[in-house]
Amino acid sequence: MSRWVVLVLLAFGFGVVPFVADDYLFSAILIPFLTLSLAGLGLNILTGYAGQLSLGSAAFMAAGAFAAYNFQLRVPGLPLLASFILGGLTASLIGVVFGLPSLRIKGFYLIVSTLAAQFFVGWALTKFSWFSNDNPSGVISAPPLTILGQDLSAPSGRYVLTLGVVAVLTLLASNLLSSQTGRQFMAVRDMDTAARVTGIPILRTKLLAFAISSFYCGVAGVLWAFCYLGTVEPHGLDLARSFQVLFIIIIGGLSSVVGSFLGAAFIVLLPVLLDHAAQGLFSGSLDPGNLENAQKVLFGSLILFFLIKEPEGLARLASVVGQRLVSLRSLRRRPSPRESAA
Amino acid sequence: MTADLSMLTLENAHVVYSGIISALRGVSLSVLPGQVVALLGSNGAGKSTTLKAASGLLAAERGALVEGRISFRGQDYAALDARRLAQGGLVQVLEGRRCFPHLTVEENLISGSLARRAPKATVRADLERIYVRFARLRERRGSQAGYLSGGEQQMLAIGRALMLRPTLLLLDEPSIGLAPQVVQEIFEIVAQLNRDEGLSILLAEQNARVALRYAHHAYVLENGRVAASGSAVELAAREDVQNFYLGQTAAAQGQLRARKERARRLRAHGTAAPSSLSVSDAHGRAPARLPEPGEARGH
Amino acid sequence: MQFFLEVLIGGLLAGIMYSMVAIGFVLIFKASGVFNFAQGSLVLFAALTYVSLVEREVPAWLALLVTLLAMLALGVLIERVVLRPLVNRPPMTLFMATLGLSFIVEGVSQILWGAQVHGLELGISDQPLEFAQVFVSSFDLFAAATAAALVAGLSVLVTRTRLGIALRAVADDPVAAMSLGISLPRVWSIVWAISGVVALVAGLLWGARVGVQFSLSLVVLKALPVLIIGGFTSVAGTIVAGLLVGASEKLAEVYLGPVLQGGIEGWFPYVLALAFLLVRPTGLFGDAVVERA
Repeated sequence: MSRWVVLVLLAFGFGVVPFVADDYLFSAILIPFLTLSLAGLGLNILTGYAGQLSLGSAAFMAAGAFAAYNFQLRVPGLPLLASFILGGLTASLIGVVFGLPSLRIKGFYLIVSTLAAQFFVGWALTKFSWFSNDNPSGVISAPPLTILGQDLSAPSGRYVLTLGVVAVLTLLASNLLSSQTGRQFMAVRDMDTAARVTGIPILRTKLLAFAISSFYCGVAGVLWAFCYLGTVEPHGLDLARSFQVLFIIIIGGLSSVVGSFLGAAFIVLLPVLLDHAAQGLFSGSLDPGNLENAQKVLFGSLILFFLIKEPEGLARLASVVGQRLVSLRSLRRRPSPRESAA
Repeated sequence: MTADLSMLTLENAHVVYSGIISALRGVSLSVLPGQVVALLGSNGAGKSTTLKAASGLLAAERGALVEGRISFRGQDYAALDARRLAQGGLVQVLEGRRCFPHLTVEENLISGSLARRAPKATVRADLERIYVRFARLRERRGSQAGYLSGGEQQMLAIGRALMLRPTLLLLDEPSIGLAPQVVQEIFEIVAQLNRDEGLSILLAEQNARVALRYAHHAYVLENGRVAASGSAVELAAREDVQNFYLGQTAAAQGQLRARKERARRLRAHGTAAPSSLSVSDAHGRAPARLPEPGEARGH
Repeated sequence: MQFFLEVLIGGLLAGIMYSMVAIGFVLIFKASGVFNFAQGSLVLFAALTYVSLVEREVPAWLALLVTLLAMLALGVLIERVVLRPLVNRPPMTLFMATLGLSFIVEGVSQILWGAQVHGLELGISDQPLEFAQVFVSSFDLFAAATAAALVAGLSVLVTRTRLGIALRAVADDPVAAMSLGISLPRVWSIVWAISGVVALVAGLLWGARVGVQFSLSLVVLKALPVLIIGGFTSVAGTIVAGLLVGASEKLAEVYLGPVLQGGIEGWFPYVLALAFLLVRPTGLFGDAVVERA
C-alpha cells in the first residue's frame, strides 16, 4: 500500500475519527476490527508468510490477555504498555513451545500441535483459578487503562489506544516482512528443502515465525480483553475464534498485510450488514440463531468462492481495483494484466 | 491426403502450459496404421508434451492446445478427452512406468480393463493373453507392483495398457533407467506387438539408436518444433542426426582425422608443423584451402 | 481391577465410535488426497435429517432411506461443486475448502432442521450386561458390532471388487488412472457418497448415545488424533488407533484426572497424537509419506 495512503488513513484515524464517531461505532465496530486485524496479521505471519498452518491463534490471544492481566495485577506500578508487551512475550513463549513440533512435522499435520495448544490453554486457564486470581465468578474486569496519567477508559480513549498499538505493530511487521527475515519465512514456506540447502537456518526461522506470530496474537488478545470486552475470560477465545482468524486471512488474502485488515473488516461488518438487511427484508431482525447460521453459510460460501475464484483474497481484488484506478488516471498506460500485479 | 487414413495426425500443434510456457510450436506429424513411429529429441524438446496432447492428458498438467488440430482415426479432438480416447483405443504408457505401487501385478492389469466395462470372462481371457506374452508377469502376479524391478514394471505398464485393447499405443521413454539388455527385451516385445497384432505405436525416446532400429518412421523434435523427419533408415544415416546425438559433425570428424594425418607426415619429414592445427575458425574448421588428396570434402 | 476393566472397556467402545468417524476421513483421503474437514458436519447433517423426519411422524425405515439418499446426493454434489473446480490446487487449499464446506453444511442443517437438541431412539436398549462381574453397556456393544460390520463391508469393497481396484488405483496415481480411461470424477463421487453413508451410521450411533446436537460436528476433531496415530491411509490402523485413543482418554481422565483437576479428555488425545508424530510420524500402520518434515 502506498505510503501516502497509509499516512492519510492514520491521520484520519487519529485526528478525525475520535471526535466524530459515536460510542457504538467505537465499541462494536472499530475496536474489534482493529483487534482482529492484529490477530489476523499475527496468523498471517505464521501461516501466510511462513507457511505453518495454525488453528491456535485464539489460544495465544487468551494467553496474552491473561498474562497481561496477571502482570498488571501482581506487579505494583507496572505501566500499562509494559504489561501489553509482557503479555505478548508470554504468548510468544507458549507459541514457541507448541511450535517446536514444526521442526519434525510439516504442513497439514501441524494442525495437531496448534489444536493441542488451543485445547490445552483453554483448559489450563479455566481449571487453575490462580490465573483468574481465584475469582469465584470466573469473570474478571480488565484493569483501568491509564497511560501517563491519561485515563483512556472511555470508548474513544480505548479506540485511540488500540489504534496506536495496532499502527505501531503493523509498521514493524511490514518492515520485518520485507526484510531478510521475511524472505526467509517465505523461503521456508515455499520450498523448505531448498531453503535448507541455501543455508537458511530452518529451525530458527520457523521458531522465530511462531514467536513473532504469537506475540502479535498475544497483544491482540490483550487488546481484546482490555479495550474491547473490558473483561478477561477465556470463553470467547476458543476454537471458533481461531477459525474466525483463519477465515480473516483466507478472505483477506494470505501473505498480505493489507489483507488482514480487509478480512477483519469483512468479518466484523458482515453480521452487522446482514442484520440490517434482514431487518429491511423481513421487517424485524432474524432470530439470532438463524442469523448465526445464515452467517455460517455465507462465510462458508465466501471461503469457497475465494478459494475457487480468487485464491489471493480481497487483497488481490483490492489491488486490481487500485491498479485500474491508477491506470484510468494516467491514460497513457494500458490497464496492466492481473499477472503482473505485485 | 493421408489424414483420413492415418491413425493419428497432429497439424501445426501449439501447446502452452499454465498459460505462459510454450512447449510445442507448430508440430505436425502423423502415424499410419501399423506403423511404429519414433519421436526423438533431447530433454525438454517436447516429446512428452506431444504424447500427452495426443492422449488428452495435457489438462492434468495445466497444459492446453492453443492452436492446431489433432485427430485420431479421422475424428477431431475437440470432443474427446483422455477417458473417451482410451476407450476408443488410444492409450498412453506414461514416462516412468507409473504402475500402481500398492496394487498387485494382477490388480494393475485389471485396472487397465476397467474403462472397457467388459464382463469378467473377457477380462480373464485378456489377462491370459498378457501372461502368455509376458511370462515374467505371470510369475509375479501376486506381488505388489512397487516391489518389481524397473524392467518388470515397464512390462507391467505396457501389459496394463494392452488390457484396453488399444489400436494406438503411445510409449513415453520406455528405456529410461533400464539396463541395455532389458531395453532390448522391451523393444523386442514392442516390435512383436506391432508385427503380430498390427498395433500402431508412437514412441518417444531419447535413446535414438535403439528407437531408430525398431521404428519405421521418425521425427526429431527440437525446442518444440519438428527439426527433421523421415524413414528411420534415412534418419539413422543422416549427418545432422548423428551430430545431434554424438555431439560432433561427421565432417568435423573427418577434418580432425585429416589434420592429424598431415601433422604426422610433416613431423616425419622434419619440418615444423604449420599452424593449421591451431588456426581454425569458430566452428573448428580449418581456413579455406584446396583439399589434399584423401581428405574428406567440405566443411 | 473390575473398575479398571469397566473404564477400559467403556473407553474401547467409545474408541470404536471415533474410528468410525475417522474411517470416513480415511476413505476420502486415500482416494483423493483431501482431508475432509467437513466430515463432522456431514455426521451432524445425517443425524439431524433422520431425527427430524422421525419427529415428523415419518416411519423409521423411510426416514432412514430418505436420509441415505440425501447423503448420497450430497456426496455427489460436493464432488461436483467443490472438488472439481479445485482439482489441481495444493492440499492446503483443498483442506480450507472443506473447512468452508463444513460451515455451509452446519449452517444449512440448522436452518433446515432447527438448532435444538434432539433425542435419537434407535430402539436399542441400553442395558448394563454383566460379563464375569464386569459391566458393559449393551448399546456400546451394539455400536461396536455395527462398526465392525461396516469396516468389514468396506474392506471387502475395497479389496475384492473391481470398484475397489479403481478406488485404490486413483489413490495411488490419479494421472496414471486417467491414462487408463478411469473416470476420476466418478470415482471421487463414489468415495464421497460412501463417506456420506459412513457419516450416516456414525451420526445415528453417536446421536443415540449423546443426543443430536451441534457438538456432534466437533466429533471430527477427536477423529484427527485417531487419524494421526493410525496413519492416514490405513483402515486397520484407524481402528486400532481409535481403540487406543478411546481407552487412553478414559483411563487418563480417571487416573490422571484427579491430579490435574479433571477435564483432561479435551486435550489428552492431541498430546498423544503429537507424541506419535514426533516419534513415529507415519502412524501405526500408515505408509504414505505426506508432508512429513
